[in-house]
Amino acid sequence: MAVHAEHLDHGVHEHPPEAHYSSRISPSILGMFLFIGSEIMLFGAFFTAYFFVRVVAGTPWPTPPFHLPVFVALVNTCILVTSSFTMHWALQSVKRGNVFGLRAGLLLTFLMGLTFLVTQGREYSRVGFAPKDGAFATIFYCLTGLHGAHVFIGLSILLFMTIRAFRGHFSPEDHRGVEIGGIYWHFVDVMWIVVYLTVYIL
Amino acid sequence: MRNPLRSEAQAFRFLMVVIVAALAIGGGAYINTWLGIVAAVLAVAGIVWWLMQEPMPGTGEPARRVDPSTPAGTHRVLVVAMPGTSSVAVGADATEIVVIVPALVSTLEAEQTALSLTRRLSRPGVSVRGEVGPDDPWLAAEDALRTFGADAIVVAGDAGIADEIRGRVTVPVSLA
Repeated sequence: MAVHAEHLDHGVHEHPPEAHYSSRISPSILGMFLFIGSEIMLFGAFFTAYFFVRVVAGTPWPTPPFHLPVFVALVNTCILVTSSFTMHWALQSVKRGNVFGLRAGLLLTFLMGLTFLVTQGREYSRVGFAPKDGAFATIFYCLTGLHGAHVFIGLSILLFMTIRAFRGHFSPEDHRGVEIGGIYWHFVDVMWIVVYLTVYIL
Repeated sequence: MRNPLRSEAQAFRFLMVVIVAALAIGGGAYINTWLGIVAAVLAVAGIVWWLMQEPMPGTGEPARRVDPSTPAGTHRVLVVAMPGTSSVAVGADATEIVVIVPALVSTLEAEQTALSLTRRLSRPGVSVRGEVGPDDPWLAAEDALRTFGADAIVVAGDAGIADEIRGRVTVPVSLA
């Protein structure tokens, strides 16, 4: 790679060459796409363990005498799904120049995500089994915990997005930060639906 | 294939599809677990089919014409200068100049030469940029040409290098 040695004199416009990349997808979205790809593989490893424990080893699900809090998880699912709607609203608002919609959407999304995480923590404290209580309990905590970690990452991203929104960093022309965070949040939501269906329902 | 992560709107639409599939799976599982599993298999197959419905972005579009000519009023000159070159003459019609100096001995020496020549060639209305290239002059010129479509090349120093570059490019090559 060439080393640049630049000089600015007489008001002459000097600059390094423009970055070259495919015009079909922006580098930042491609980065998030690849990141989510790696996350899907990570979840895939945990689902493989789930499959082996439940299908190959034939472990009862849930293993008696334990019970899964299906209803609480359903309420939590509704909260998380709703947060995707507010996220979408936030992005649509910034595209239309609606600053209030952007801020309110991001704030609501953050609060709902936080509620989800707090509820999950509360569920852990009341569920009545620990990760050491057999393969079922281990897989339950691994899958829901892995997802919880992703919600935490998503909340961290949302927090920065919300602060930036309140500082007026986003506009109808420049809202890439909301777009990429939104993609990640929807991914977290989709993963929870898959986790909920496999762990709690089927 | 449809890329559900291409934009937030696409991701949201994908989420809607997943919610519909989840409702079908949940409804089936409520009646009977095996019915839920059948619904899950069908839902996954349906989502895969839905994702495959859209062709790869851009595949249906005709290939864009590559226009090698520079815009009217623009004349780009690539200067290939050996380390230690103190001055080089570039025509007054040049509007954009890139000075490339191969790092024959050391990067620092090449960088100093590039900086010095950039200063000398700077004049109002002309964009001048200096770069240090690999230790092979032809390779340095070739690298520069990948990002800078030159209308002319000026070689400062060795006639042999000028001949070598002249034999490999179609734009005019002169020896300064």
